[in-house]
Amino acid sequence: MELHLTLIFNGLATGMLIFLLAAGLSLIFGLMSVLNFAHGALFMFGAYMGTWVYILIGGWNSPWGNLNFFVGMIAAALIGVVLGYLVERFTVRQVYGNHLRQILITTGVMLVVAELVKVFWGPNLIRVVQPEFLQGHFLVGDVRLTYYRVFIILFSTMILILLLFMLKKSKIGVVVRAGVENSQMVQALGINIRKVFTLVFIFGTMLACIGGYMWGPFQGQVNPGMGLDLMLIAFIVVAIGGLGSVAGSAIAAVLVGLSEAYMAYYFPPGSLAVNMLIMAAVLLIKPTGLLGAGR
Amino acid sequence: MLKIKDLHTHIEQFHILQGVNLEVPDNSVTVVLGRNGAGKTTTIRSVMGFYPNMSGEILFQGKSIAKLPPYTVAKQGIGYVPEDQDIFAGLTVEENMRVAMRREDDTTLERQEWLLDLFPDLREAWKRKGGHLSGGQKQMLSIARALVNETPLLLVDEPSKGLAPIMVEKVMEAMNVIRETTTILLVEQNFIMASQLGDYFYMIDEGRTVFQGEMQLLKDDEVLRKKYLGIA
Ligand SMILES: Nc1ncnc2c1ncn2[C@@H]1O[C@H](COP(=O)(O)OP(=O)(O)OP(=O)(O)O)[C@@H](O)[C@H]1O
Ligand SMILES: [Mg+2]
Repeated sequence: MELHLTLIFNGLATGMLIFLLAAGLSLIFGLMSVLNFAHGALFMFGAYMGTWVYILIGGWNSPWGNLNFFVGMIAAALIGVVLGYLVERFTVRQVYGNHLRQILITTGVMLVVAELVKVFWGPNLIRVVQPEFLQGHFLVGDVRLTYYRVFIILFSTMILILLLFMLKKSKIGVVVRAGVENSQMVQALGINIRKVFTLVFIFGTMLACIGGYMWGPFQGQVNPGMGLDLMLIAFIVVAIGGLGSVAGSAIAAVLVGLSEAYMAYYFPPGSLAVNMLIMAAVLLIKPTGLLGAGR
Repeated sequence: MLKIKDLHTHIEQFHILQGVNLEVPDNSVTVVLGRNGAGKTTTIRSVMGFYPNMSGEILFQGKSIAKLPPYTVAKQGIGYVPEDQDIFAGLTVEENMRVAMRREDDTTLERQEWLLDLFPDLREAWKRKGGHLSGGQKQMLSIARALVNETPLLLVDEPSKGLAPIMVEKVMEAMNVIRETTTILLVEQNFIMASQLGDYFYMIDEGRTVFQGEMQLLKDDEVLRKKYLGIA
């Protein structure tokens, strides 16, 4: 029993981190039908940038270690905003409506970003540790809950609630939901959908960068390959959850997180295959994904 | 209010509009007629700016709006009710209206109240999702949504299409009120509706304006109606 509780807890934490990566991807795909293959690389760049700042100002060993961790997170978020703007403005904007070009150009961005990371920080992994207040664990019954995972779950859930609330209640949120359904009609009502999309792209990239940053202490390191590994999983999550659906992404991310946790325990090599199977099963029953509206 | 001069529009490789000329006088209802596939919808969509490769001149209140993107066209004060209503299915009636609101100030909310008085069905369905509305309710919502901002000109594409007669009646009554404050360009195949509402008509055939005049002319000319519309 406690084994299962532990696995569920771990899966939840992994899932919620994946959610941070997938939420932006889903909105970007759902709203403007853009296949953003650079998303994983941006996630990685955010991880490096945030970690670099975290370490630069003293890291986890300084008396300010706890604060440093959050400064690093803010740095990751800021670099996300800047990168999101630059990538949308100078690449993605040129290729709306053309999937092949999107794949080519965002793959190009991915390669460039990956090389930049190697130029700045070298090809080797960088070790990174949680701040002191998130180190260690506590016991609930016999189940070991690590503080960092609890933090991930709480933080990401907060982001999820915030995101859902914004989509539900704010004007921009309502416009985004309308745009996911029919962006042409949104334009015909006097709204410059490009501007909305730039905002969503920036926001999605920011979430990915924050997620990447949090992934570091979770794994104990950041490395140039981390974006690619998670990219595929994020696409699976988007497909399972339904394009453009944030709630769908959250459910799918937890599902995939759980399967990752269980497979990591029972049969690590089968992890990706099982995620693929989940995706195939969901799409077979509901081709638009769990909460996708379809067009 | 609106003037279209020698409009040509290509969709992919097809030369769909090959010279549409049309004028909508202030405070009028001008009806565009023509058989299926004649190019009526394409004309309206060209005005909205959906085909940036069009050629010709489109003047709105004397200013050229040709080739402006749709959101700019809409912002000038042109409301658009598309052929299939294009209601946001996952959004409630309230949210559909909200997407359209340029400002959420008192004037706009007052306009919204006026529209809800005009379409009481919408008030009743206020919290319902667009996808769960009846065809008539969708049409009403599409019209209300297009009018929630200050809208000197309304473009309406076949509002009676697919509606039950009772709904056609309701929509027509509402249009009769709307016309008092808004100039209307109406595409309509239902000749009863077209002739009751219309002051002027334009006949489009194979992408060209082929005939125009006061609506009375068409009401009196059975031969003309037969020739271009196939109705007596
Ligand atoms: N996306 C498209 N691709 C190719 N041809 C198109 C496209 N859209 C419209 N057409 C063609 O353009 C012509 C005019 O179409 P349009 O929709 O403007 O006609 P309409 O007068 O509105 O007809 P209806 O009464 O059926 O609504 C038709 O022959 C149609 O087949
Ligand atoms: Mg039509």
